[in-house]
Amino acid sequence: MKTLTSLTTMAALALAATAATAHGPPVPGGTLNAVIQPEPPSLMLGLVQNGPTQMVAGQIYESLLRYDTDLNPMPSLAKAWTISDDGLTYTFTLQDGVLWHDDTPFTSADVVFSVDVFLRETHPRLRASLAHVDSITAPDDTTVVFTLKQPFGPFLGVFEVGTMPMIPKHIYEGTDYANNPANNTPIGTGPFKFDTWERGSHIHLVKNENYYLDGKPYLDEIYYQVIPDAASRAVAFETGKIDLLPGGSVENFDIPRLTAMDNVCSTNEGWEFFGPLSWMWMNMHEGPMTDKNLRKAVMHALDRDFARDALWNGNGKVATSPISSVTRFYDADVPDTSYDPDKAKDYLAQSGYDGETLRILPLPYGETWQRWAEAVRQNLSEVGIKSEIVATDVAGWNQKTGAWDFDLGFTYLYQYGDPALGVARTYVSSNIAKGSPWNNVSGYVNPEVDKLFAEAAVQTTAEARQDLYSQVQKIVVDDVPVAWMMELQFPTIYRCDLHNPVNTAIGVNDGLRDAWISKD
Amino acid sequence: MKAFWSRFRQNRGAVIGLVLLICVILCAVAAPFVFPRSPWSMVQRPFLPPFTMDGLPLGTDALGRDVLSGLFHGARISLLVGLVSTVVALAIGIPIGALSGYFGGVVDDALMRFTEFFQTIPSFALAIVLLAIFQPSLGYIILAIAIVSWPPVARLVRGEVLSLRGREFVEAATLSGQGHLRIICAQVLPNALPPIIVLASLMVATAILLESSLSFLGLGDPNVMSWGYMIGAARTVLRTAWWLSFIPGIAILLTVLALNLIGEGLNDALNPRLRRRGT
Repeated sequence: MKTLTSLTTMAALALAATAATAHGPPVPGGTLNAVIQPEPPSLMLGLVQNGPTQMVAGQIYESLLRYDTDLNPMPSLAKAWTISDDGLTYTFTLQDGVLWHDDTPFTSADVVFSVDVFLRETHPRLRASLAHVDSITAPDDTTVVFTLKQPFGPFLGVFEVGTMPMIPKHIYEGTDYANNPANNTPIGTGPFKFDTWERGSHIHLVKNENYYLDGKPYLDEIYYQVIPDAASRAVAFETGKIDLLPGGSVENFDIPRLTAMDNVCSTNEGWEFFGPLSWMWMNMHEGPMTDKNLRKAVMHALDRDFARDALWNGNGKVATSPISSVTRFYDADVPDTSYDPDKAKDYLAQSGYDGETLRILPLPYGETWQRWAEAVRQNLSEVGIKSEIVATDVAGWNQKTGAWDFDLGFTYLYQYGDPALGVARTYVSSNIAKGSPWNNVSGYVNPEVDKLFAEAAVQTTAEARQDLYSQVQKIVVDDVPVAWMMELQFPTIYRCDLHNPVNTAIGVNDGLRDAWISKD
Repeated sequence: MKAFWSRFRQNRGAVIGLVLLICVILCAVAAPFVFPRSPWSMVQRPFLPPFTMDGLPLGTDALGRDVLSGLFHGARISLLVGLVSTVVALAIGIPIGALSGYFGGVVDDALMRFTEFFQTIPSFALAIVLLAIFQPSLGYIILAIAIVSWPPVARLVRGEVLSLRGREFVEAATLSGQGHLRIICAQVLPNALPPIIVLASLMVATAILLESSLSFLGLGDPNVMSWGYMIGAARTVLRTAWWLSFIPGIAILLTVLALNLIGEGLNDALNPRLRRRGT
């Protein structure tokens, strides 16, 4: 199996490599048919930030920066930026001649309005980062200055379009944001303009002829087709109705079949900003999982290589740390968590486990996750730990996870490129609150970890942050508050005629600006 | 009894059905001895096709689990669900039907309206709703199937009792001073038994199908290996590993067919005068 899947992976890599080279200079024109799954509730990115909304609205809206697949900032609406030596002042210079889709000029006043007024009210994740910001000012039309209260290491990472989309001040200022009729016809500065949205059928975007980068975008129009059934999406790609399948839009076991087709390319890039990491919460509030030896026994009992090969077709990486290897400040030098049934049995013997049946809460996101829970149950039974799977749906999963009604609970979360943005929230004790499935659900309390995460966030140099994050990773891995499973990878699958759809850390969410279709 | 068996034997289909059912029962009984390991054990690489490896004649599923072992252990669950839920359904349906048919009038009206209340809701939809309310564990699945399958029993028993109630032997029993309960249990029901037995054999088949359909939809007990689960889990890989759905599907088909054939045979054997085929 292992050889088989690694062969598939190699084949996919080889295909991706051929796609990146040759094919000459970009040519303009062409229509792109992509799948969007599920249909987004809205395209107003300032109000709604779920996955499908980001995927479509990322072409309509823009932010100050984009990030390459190593998470280095690149110009977007800001063409240049400087950071003062004390790490407190961030000065951005905006592009010249940028127009909103209704031909109103985009200025620094829009930035101040978007961040300080609009998003501060509507965007909880950005609001948490804005707590570090003292003031946002616009000395002239093309300059914006962010002044921080204290240094905040990950600050340059919050200028991504899903985190900080620019909202037109002239349309939204002084209105009821949620009920503004303009929400149905989003106006941004992006390379594509909103045209029509047939609910249940498709969303149509057209080229922004006045885009500030000459010659871009190359594509004339994009159709996002809504196809609710996973098997139908795969068939639509096979029959040529669809040319682009964003990551996660088909079932894992269909991926080898689709990527083996002629003229089909795929890439695992374009998820670095999100760095989706899956794990099982271990309920440390009460019950058997409060026993550290039992947690270690569970950790070593899990055959995660098998899960990756059998369930994820070899896509993904076995997780070794609370920080994903694509996120900044990952450190591979942590205590061992590998599959070792003998070690698991030793830890089990040292633990106070006396045959209780552990309740496994699977993630109700389809076949793969259900099979995964079954594999875990079997792994545990092989070292002598009894467990059963709790049947659940999405609502039940949210409720049971938030209410700590489980012993082991599957989940996966995004990391947003920086441990201070997407990792600390899972392990710091100040983030324990019943009712939410997204905070420190395990109930992990370690004052040392709290302190290290807090300090690491406010260091000015990357070296100082790395040092603290390396320390915290060692401690957390030794405490096993969750059982890290896999760094998930969601391959983007596309026709090889389509070039360069993934060129940033958020992939097709904002990459179609630079994509083009070759004509044969 | 001898006469019963000779009449049953004359229906060749029924004999085939009986043989099939005995095979299934043997599988179910033998499962823990032939396959002492859990059917969930991951024993080989996933998606091993049938007849490619010794010891794994039917290959492996998406997690490398032995399909044949799953089939044997699944037989236990299917039979268990079929039998127990039928017994429970009979336990609900027979008293309601008997009381309704025997007493008539207001009692009949009340009980039959109650029965119709259940009959008007599509049984499969009702089972899904019940399982959404309960936890989908084996006990609740059996209960849900029983709850949706008792109304036909009640209707059948009512009809039988209604036609028996006015017979001379019942009037004789009444005149001899027997109580209502005694008359229902000792006089009426034994004479209504043949059609109930036939219906019950078909209900076992329906219950097995219902359990499979529920598991197929992911509403089965996730900790129990059943045929419906096997099909449901394999459904999504139909394009790449069709045999994973096909094999348990055949098992369900044969078992349900066997029960139907037996039902037919029982009907012939128990109602010789109503027999449709001559000999």
